[in-house]
Amino acid sequence: MKLTLKIWRQKNAQAKGQMVTYPIDGIDGDMSFLEMMDVLNNELINKGDDPVVFDHDCREGICGSCSMFINGEAHGPDRLVTTCQLHMRKFKDGDTITIEPFRAGGFPVIKDLMVDRSAFDRIQHAGGFISINTSGNTQDANAIPIEKADADAAFDAATCIGCGACVASCKNSSAMLFVSAKVSQFALLPQGKVEATDRVMNMVKQMDEEGFGNCTNTGACEVECPKGISLENIARMNREYMSASMKG
Amino acid sequence: MSGLLKSSIGRKVAMALSGLFLVVFLTQHFVINLLSVFSEETHNTVSHFMGTNPLVQFGLQPVLIFGVFFHFIMGIKLELQNRKSRPVKYVSYNGGANATWMSRNMIYTGLVVLAFLGLHFYDFFIPELIHKYAENHTAEVGDATRYYAETIHKFEQPWRVGIYVVSFVLLMLHLLHGFQSSFQSVGFNNKYSKALKGFTTAWAIIIPLGFIFIAVYHHFNQLPH
Repeated sequence: MKLTLKIWRQKNAQAKGQMVTYPIDGIDGDMSFLEMMDVLNNELINKGDDPVVFDHDCREGICGSCSMFINGEAHGPDRLVTTCQLHMRKFKDGDTITIEPFRAGGFPVIKDLMVDRSAFDRIQHAGGFISINTSGNTQDANAIPIEKADADAAFDAATCIGCGACVASCKNSSAMLFVSAKVSQFALLPQGKVEATDRVMNMVKQMDEEGFGNCTNTGACEVECPKGISLENIARMNREYMSASMKG
Repeated sequence: MSGLLKSSIGRKVAMALSGLFLVVFLTQHFVINLLSVFSEETHNTVSHFMGTNPLVQFGLQPVLIFGVFFHFIMGIKLELQNRKSRPVKYVSYNGGANATWMSRNMIYTGLVVLAFLGLHFYDFFIPELIHKYAENHTAEVGDATRYYAETIHKFEQPWRVGIYVVSFVLLMLHLLHGFQSSFQSVGFNNKYSKALKGFTTAWAIIIPLGFIFIAVYHHFNQLPH
């Protein structure tokens, strides 16, 4: 496969970036998108150019590191996959592919396609945890019966890998899908209920302070989320927040 | 509760509630307008009641004016804030791949409706205030029967009917996203949401089309036969 890549190149956080065009040949449809990027980087290194910097780690859709905005969509045109799980067979010979970093005020570019997503860490630090010490005195899993529907919904929310595709896809750069998944995974379980009020208030406060935009329910986040996190979580977070505000 | 409107979720819920309030208002406005198609007398009676009842005039009307202003001022404020949240724009952004046109263009459809409201206030609300309070006509005989004639007179000119039609098509697009979205904002997303979406979609199409029908009906009905 012969392709034309238009890639955002930016030397550092302060530099003004620009799109640079790279022709690439010999790409197999069975390659992953990141393998294609590896091929490009090998060529660039062999030519003595700077390779394109991008985040990656597990390359199996778990870690949430890869974060490219491909042809106008987070993680590319496929659904329910991360960039590392996107196969080159999704493209045709002769295609031009635009590759940009995830863009949001809360995700400043570090270099090329790598962005700083530590805003998500700070939101998690604000309340995305439970304070119960379970080490050495783990309870029997069935000691407190939990409704199947609640357990399933909590588990679904917990599958969020924090990649930031929701922010990148949202026209308002809203982080509500991510925050709502983290709020929901605890809100539905007895362990999480103890700190539910503080959790939602603190996480939403931190989310607002990080400069993410407001949710206008376009649903783009849900469509582009590689883990299929549902908008139901945002509705749940809104309920949790309103009820916590009444208590506060 | 303090500082609720400072949070993104608080503002979102407030937008939804003011929107739902305006939906209720629009429904009653539609019903009263529709009466003008069936009965001049009933339309006049109901309009006179709405125009003179103290509870409506001094209770509901100020709430409505507040609701309208709140909804558009907050809407514009949130839009400006949202634009700032992505300082460097994408070179390629395929918004149509994951969201409807209506949901992505609420600000534009909203601004057209706002401009229409300006014309609507100029046409009806301001003359009504002048009539009632500046010229003090309320005690006159025949005052209770003027509404029908005043309404249909506004639909005489084709350009005004044209503006009316375009504005209500834009209102339809605004409501197709806004009405169902407001339920998500207040936290309602469950097994009934699909049915609710069906209802809100039907409402968002039928009510604006109904307003358009009334305008077009009165326009053609008063043309010389």
